[in-house]
Amino acid sequence: MGLKTPLYSKHVEAGARIVDFGGWDMPLHYGSQVEEHHAVRKHAGAFDVSHMTVVDLQGEKTTDFLRYVLANDVAKLKDAGKALYTCMLNADGGVVDDLIVYFLESARYRLVVNAATREKDVAWLTEQAEPFSVDVTERSELAMIAVQGPSARELAAAVIPSECRDTALGLRPFYGLEAGEWLVARTGYTGEDGWEIVMPADDAESAWQALLDAGVAPCGLGARDTLRLEAGMNLYGTDMDGTTSPLESGLGWTIAWEPENRDFIGRDALSQERGKKGRQKFTGLLLEDRGVLRNHQRVVVDGIGDGEITSGGFSPTMQRSIALARLPAGNYAGAVVEVRGKLLAVRVLQPPFVRNGKTCIDL
Amino acid sequence: MSELPGDLRFTNEHEWLRQEADGSVTIGITDHAQTALGDLVYVELPEVGQDLEAGGEMAVVESVKAASDVYAPVAGSVLAVNDNLADDPEKINADPYGDGWIIRLQPEGGMDEGETMDPDTYQALLDELEA
Repeated sequence: MGLKTPLYSKHVEAGARIVDFGGWDMPLHYGSQVEEHHAVRKHAGAFDVSHMTVVDLQGEKTTDFLRYVLANDVAKLKDAGKALYTCMLNADGGVVDDLIVYFLESARYRLVVNAATREKDVAWLTEQAEPFSVDVTERSELAMIAVQGPSARELAAAVIPSECRDTALGLRPFYGLEAGEWLVARTGYTGEDGWEIVMPADDAESAWQALLDAGVAPCGLGARDTLRLEAGMNLYGTDMDGTTSPLESGLGWTIAWEPENRDFIGRDALSQERGKKGRQKFTGLLLEDRGVLRNHQRVVVDGIGDGEITSGGFSPTMQRSIALARLPAGNYAGAVVEVRGKLLAVRVLQPPFVRNGKTCIDL
Repeated sequence: MSELPGDLRFTNEHEWLRQEADGSVTIGITDHAQTALGDLVYVELPEVGQDLEAGGEMAVVESVKAASDVYAPVAGSVLAVNDNLADDPEKINADPYGDGWIIRLQPEGGMDEGETMDPDTYQALLDELEA
C-alpha cells in the first residue's frame, strides 16, 4: 500500500500492472512495455510523473542561493521560462540528486527533483536555504504528465489551457511557460521531443483522458526506463548517488566551473578530483552478441582492470542489449562482461544510443 | 487468456507439457509465467541432442527486467528447439501454449504423471497464488 498519484485509478482502470517505486504505487506497463516504448519513438506516449517532487523557491536571494546549492549555474537562465539540468552536490562532491531548475520570474524558480529523494531533497534545500531567507515550498498538490514523441506537442496542445496554446507550441527546448497553476515545459526524459506538464491535481484525470482519447499511448515506468537508457540519460540511485561525483558519472558537462569565483557546495572536492589522473570514466556499452546486460555485472577491460555496469538493459529500438557503466581510465574500444558465468564481448562507446526516433551509433 | 488448454499437463514452476502422438513431449511456459516476466527479449535454448535432467536447466528466458531459468520438468534428450524464438522471443508472450513452445524432447521414462498436474489442479494453484 504505497502512495498514489491523482491518476492511480485511471491506471488501474486501464489494466496497468502496478508496482512499487520509491514508496509509490505506479504503473509498470499497461500490457506491453516494449509496445509503449515504440509508441513514444514513433508517435506519442503519456507518462504519469506526478510522483516526482515539485519545489518552488521564492525570495530576493533565490538566485544567489541556487548558485550556491547547484553545480550548474542558474545565472545562465536569463529569460523567463528558461531551464537547465543540474546536479545538486554534497560537500564531498557526491550527488544528492539530479534535477531540472526553471527560472520562472525574478526571484522565483521551480525545481523538479526525483520521487524517491523527496524527503531528503526538501530537507536539504530547506536547511541550505535558511541563511538566504528563501521560501522553500513543496508543491504536493500539483500533478505532472510527460507527453513525449514526435507528435506529442501537437496532441498535448489540445489539453493545456487554451490561452497559452500558441505560445506553448512556440517554446524552444528547455523553456517553459506558466498559465495560471499550469506549467508547460519543453523538457523530457526520453530523448524525444515533447512536454512535461505540471497542473493542479484536480485537472489531472481529465487531461490524462483527453490525451488518451487523442491517441496518445499511456506508458509506464518500464518504457520510461528503456527510453531513458537508449537516450543515455542517468537514473539517480542507479547510475550515481551520494558516493559518486558527477565527474565519474558522465555528468561533468553539467558543472559550470566558470565564473571561477562562484562557490558552490562540492566545488572544492570536485576541483581536487578534477586534477587527479586515472579517474574512472562513465561510458556506454553495446553487447555485440545476443543476450541482456544487467545492473552490477562485472566489466573486464583487458590489460587494464575491472569496472561495473550501473544500468543494464535492452534497447527495443535497436533490438540489442545496452548499458551504462563505470570503467577504469584508459583508451579502449572493447571489453567483456560477465553475464551469467560467461564472458561476452561489448563495444565501449559514448551514449546516446537513440535520439529523436533514430539510432545514433553504428550498429 | 484465462482458459487452460485441456490437453496439457502443468508444473509448480509454471511450465506446460504436451504429450505428442510419437511419444515426444513439447514443453513451454504458461500464460501466468509469461505475464509475470513481461516482454521477453531473449531466449537461450539448449542444443538439439542435448540430454536434460529432470529439474536441470532447460532454457533461459530474459525479459527487459530479469532473466529467468526454465527447468526441465522431465528428463530426456532434446529433439527440437523453437528456433523462431531467436528472432521473435515475444512469441512466448503472445502465444505461450502455441507458437511460443520452447523445446520438444524424447522423455527418458514415460511422462511421470505424479510430477505434473492436470489443468484443474494447476488452475487451483493459480487461484491460490492470486488470492
